[in-house]
Amino acid sequence: MRRQIPLMLVLVLGIFFFIQFFVPSRLSTNIYQVSLQWLILISAFAIVLAIGSLVNHHLLKIKRRREHWPYSYATLAGLVVMSLLGILGRFPGLGLLDEIYYRLYLFVQAPMDAAMFAILAFYMASASYRAFRARSKEALLLLVSGFFIMLGVIPLGALIWDRIPDIAEWIMMVPNMAAKRGILFGVGLGITATSLKIILGIERSWLGGGGK
Amino acid sequence: MSTDIWVWIAALLSLAIFSYLYKDNPVFRFAEHLFTGLSVGYMIVLMWNNYAYQYIVIPISQQRWITLIPMALGMLYLFRFVPKLQHLMLIPIAITLGIWNGWSIPVVIEADLFKQMQGTMVNTTMFQNPWDPHNGLVVGLLVVVGVVCTVLYFYFSREHRGPLKVASSVGIWFVMIGFGASFGYTVMARMSLLIGRIQFLFTEWIHLIK
Repeated sequence: MRRQIPLMLVLVLGIFFFIQFFVPSRLSTNIYQVSLQWLILISAFAIVLAIGSLVNHHLLKIKRRREHWPYSYATLAGLVVMSLLGILGRFPGLGLLDEIYYRLYLFVQAPMDAAMFAILAFYMASASYRAFRARSKEALLLLVSGFFIMLGVIPLGALIWDRIPDIAEWIMMVPNMAAKRGILFGVGLGITATSLKIILGIERSWLGGGGK
Repeated sequence: MSTDIWVWIAALLSLAIFSYLYKDNPVFRFAEHLFTGLSVGYMIVLMWNNYAYQYIVIPISQQRWITLIPMALGMLYLFRFVPKLQHLMLIPIAITLGIWNGWSIPVVIEADLFKQMQGTMVNTTMFQNPWDPHNGLVVGLLVVVGVVCTVLYFYFSREHRGPLKVASSVGIWFVMIGFGASFGYTVMARMSLLIGRIQFLFTEWIHLIK
């Protein structure tokens, strides 16, 4: 029963919402709207679970003095301070907290976010060296395409030759789009097949226990 | 140099992140952990403002008690922490999967398959100027060939021999051009972030660039 009820729920709800899409009535639309709100609410608790797991992980790390445990205090402090400031700051008379929250976002979180992604530029440069070595026809195409796109989006490209931005745009709009569409077809078919497998109970890995 | 304490904090934390380029070090690890905590805290605030407040606090304050049903279903997730009742968390997962998968089948077929097919098809306006590099017949046919060959490249139910091998070879050319374009774009996006950070350090922090 522990597995049968969830499987039955997926089957019934899956078929119902598949049919609902094709029923053009006010009732059908209302059901869709309400279920969407319910789904958001239910999913919000999944995030609570994720946050709980993160807090639990760091508390355990501190308790058991695992490697790098002092840094867990930074994570927990950041989490508590940011969330309390953001939530309490919305209450009347606590505008100062909201101001600090805004500054924490602007001068602490956003710069670190940008810096974290910016250091990837260095690692991508070394990856480019490996990826762009023209050892085959295919690698040459990758190199040429990447080269034109990189030059096409910066002013230097137009300074070298004024047609480079046009070539970059053409690559994006024609061969790149054709490849992306082909991949998207595969993704679409994959999603549809997986959805069907889940609804019909063929795919059961979400139940845990290795799908047995 | 800047006299604003917040600018100093932003600059020092940016440098702490950049210090990883030398090697993993305690300063980087501190910044990394702080960043994780702040990001999760920020997500909690977003969740509170956009979902919890809107869909839980307001409806309950207006005595719309039906809200308690999805709340109760959502709370079943928390049985994850109760070993004997862990199986109850499968109920909200099943509801989410059921609604989402049932609803996504027609939506994905429409958006990812039919709309993409429609976009790929050659249309009559393409005949007006066949050599137009953006909307001409030749380009339209090239897109058709590219899409079909890319799909065939990912078709693994038959061995790639004969015409299928030729088509899949053409497919991999298109895929490589697409990957090159995506790679180039991503590199430049990261570069612009790096330029932004360096500009911040030299302009707002040490005032070297006016």
